[in-house]
Amino acid sequence: MSEEVSAEILTTHILDLAAEGKRLDGRGADDYRKVTVEPGFVTSADGSALVRIGETAVLAGVKLEPGKPFPDTPNAGVLTTNAELIPLSNAIFEPGPPQPGAIEVSRVVDRAIRAAETIDLTRLCVTPGEKTWVCYVDIHVLDHSGNLIDAALLAALGALTHSTVPAKRFEIAEADYPLEVNHFPVECTFVRLGDTLMVDPTFDEERAAQGRLTVATDEVGRVVAMQKGLVGAFSPDDVKDVVRRAFRHGERHRILAKGGAP
Amino acid sequence: MGNVGAKDVPVLLSPEGLRIDGRKVDELRPMKIQVGALHNADGSAFVEWGANKVYAAVYGPREVHPRHLQQNNKAVIQCKYNMAAFSVDERKRPGLDRRSQEISKVIAEAFESVVFAEEYPRTSIDIYIEVVQANAGTRCAGLVAASMALADAGIPMVDLLPAVAVGKVAGKIVLDLKKEEDNFGEADLPMALVPQSGRLVLLQMEGHMTEEELSQALDLGVQGCREIYEKMKQALRDRYALGPIGGSA
Amino acid sequence: MSRGHRPGHRTRGHEGSPSPPPGDRTLVLPGEEIRAQGLKPGPGTYRTGGKVYASVLGLLSPRPPMVQVIPLSGRYIPKPDDVVLGTVTDVQGTFWLLDIGAPRWAPLHMTGTPWQVEIGETDRFLRVGDAVVVQVESLEATGRIGVTMNGEGLGKLEGGTIVRISPARVPRVVGRNGSMIDTIRRHTGAEVVVGQNGRIWVGGTPDAIHRVSEVLRIVEENGQRSGLTERVESYLLATMPTDPKGPEEPAPEHAHRDAPPRTLPPSEPDEVTVEAEDDPPESTETGEP
Repeated sequence: MSEEVSAEILTTHILDLAAEGKRLDGRGADDYRKVTVEPGFVTSADGSALVRIGETAVLAGVKLEPGKPFPDTPNAGVLTTNAELIPLSNAIFEPGPPQPGAIEVSRVVDRAIRAAETIDLTRLCVTPGEKTWVCYVDIHVLDHSGNLIDAALLAALGALTHSTVPAKRFEIAEADYPLEVNHFPVECTFVRLGDTLMVDPTFDEERAAQGRLTVATDEVGRVVAMQKGLVGAFSPDDVKDVVRRAFRHGERHRILAKGGAP
Repeated sequence: MGNVGAKDVPVLLSPEGLRIDGRKVDELRPMKIQVGALHNADGSAFVEWGANKVYAAVYGPREVHPRHLQQNNKAVIQCKYNMAAFSVDERKRPGLDRRSQEISKVIAEAFESVVFAEEYPRTSIDIYIEVVQANAGTRCAGLVAASMALADAGIPMVDLLPAVAVGKVAGKIVLDLKKEEDNFGEADLPMALVPQSGRLVLLQMEGHMTEEELSQALDLGVQGCREIYEKMKQALRDRYALGPIGGSA
Repeated sequence: MSRGHRPGHRTRGHEGSPSPPPGDRTLVLPGEEIRAQGLKPGPGTYRTGGKVYASVLGLLSPRPPMVQVIPLSGRYIPKPDDVVLGTVTDVQGTFWLLDIGAPRWAPLHMTGTPWQVEIGETDRFLRVGDAVVVQVESLEATGRIGVTMNGEGLGKLEGGTIVRISPARVPRVVGRNGSMIDTIRRHTGAEVVVGQNGRIWVGGTPDAIHRVSEVLRIVEENGQRSGLTERVESYLLATMPTDPKGPEEPAPEHAHRDAPPRTLPPSEPDEVTVEAEDDPPESTETGEP
């Protein structure tokens, strides 16, 4: 049971402000909070990145290990994404098995990575039918102040673009080499507050929201994932507006995720 | 411990008495403590200790969930220690494992020994420790981080809890084991000290030592704890400095 | 393990008047010895082996015949007579449970309100998510926090918004003899209800609400430093609306205690209204305790 019930007054105030295109923290409808990406945050991972969006902080780590391919895809490597909404990050979480929120974040991030063909899975294959690289993307939410999906994918992307395949350590090749990343999906989340669609919701805005829409875009003009969440509705025009804005934000954040990568 | 039969055992102690990373036998790894690293928790800290990176968050005192765990006369202190999948060389599967459960228990008990839990009957004080990068001594780093987080959360305690692992490496008693020393050494002794009373509230040992070695190890560990205690106090003072307001907001 | 070395630890919050000016108190840490000089160990301290030590991170505050440590951080710890803002988290047949940011929820009994509430009709008066101003009446050894809504300035809150700051900062928001809160009200015309639990209700024009929220943020970030009053005043003056009429309503004269809420509690229960068509259906779930 959630520990924190938000006051109806606060929700009403957020909606009143939204009616005038304003927000609690003074941002505009299309402004993100401050976004930073810190690659290489943990050296125990093969690749990692710590992303902050305002007070939200998400850490992603990539681990590559040799394993067996799936029987029906003998030539392909394996990519698996897991997000942990740990109780550390917010009073509303309790320890235990993954909650629907965590599962949703994992899956929406995973879909964006796959659909964008971020990694060519056949390039992970070592010996068809026998040996392949398994790429684990583990996402830890450290501080939940809203907009986990955007932060999670950005952290995953930041980690992947700075990953090294530990080929030497596992005696598969003479030397380690950078993980090949071909596409760069970035997610952009909006919430409906009254008639306005605001980007990058804070925790309080998510609670006041009447619907949430996430759009993932890549660098070659494709939409690679969409997810509508929370309770509320969007018109097709809303969706088109949001997609257009998502491309624009995606351009900027993609650069942050790739920062300094080869 | 437990790397019997492993190949490539590194040289753990040079003829000059220096360790694999150049430290002397009684030298700590560098430590950096950031109090209040997380916004949502009631109290939090981020500790970088050698190559360890550990977050701790405290929520509470707050209502107990599930209710049946409630105690009539004091707060329940619950601790969950967890290692991120990518925190170790070989990826650790997410979810509960026995080692983490044991560590959670001994850490909770350490804090139960110093927190004035009777002040908050029928509540819970929840401590979460997340290791994001591990290099031996993670339970001690977690304890230190949690101690800072408890202070940051305004929880009344007898004292802060410095902690360190002492070990036996190439026959010598050394302070603050790092990964290779933990893997290839002969003993590992994590401990936590209550500086105010001089007593230990966490003590475990893996490996083997003679009585004399153990006595030496305890003394060295206490000395190490006192050094760490100073760093912990300084980190709290830095966080809550009372200087005048500068030019910027 | 023996607890014998911890006798005499005082519990249950601090007593006494609003805080003296900052700058003349020392930061102490848990486990730090305090030179008590004949003073008795009060809240935030403990005595053992003939010496007195701090138990919390806070400011050392001698208040003869006692010495105490005032925490600089952490949850709100209730004291009798505190006026606090709470959010209804649960509705039961004869009472509501309030989240007041304390270690426990506070039950508000139906007889502790000015309304005529029948058993089982509690949800007609207050629902989950409603915000109220109540006063702490009693603190029991079981940890139960008794609150009442009977009294001047207490009641249900409507409109405006709620800003949260750490409870440790509340004395700075109020100021010595109410000086800071008066300054805030005077320069903005906003209505402000300050809860001792760090929850502050602000009402007024959007501009007034925004400026008060900003001042509260400044106090939150800089509360323990000197020069705060000047910083707040300079912000308020710099952001005065250019409208020659100035702030809309002159603030009522009050001491450091709180102004009454904007509207009086309803004498009739709320009507359940039909929501506009494209709003999501209203949840009436209150969740399990």
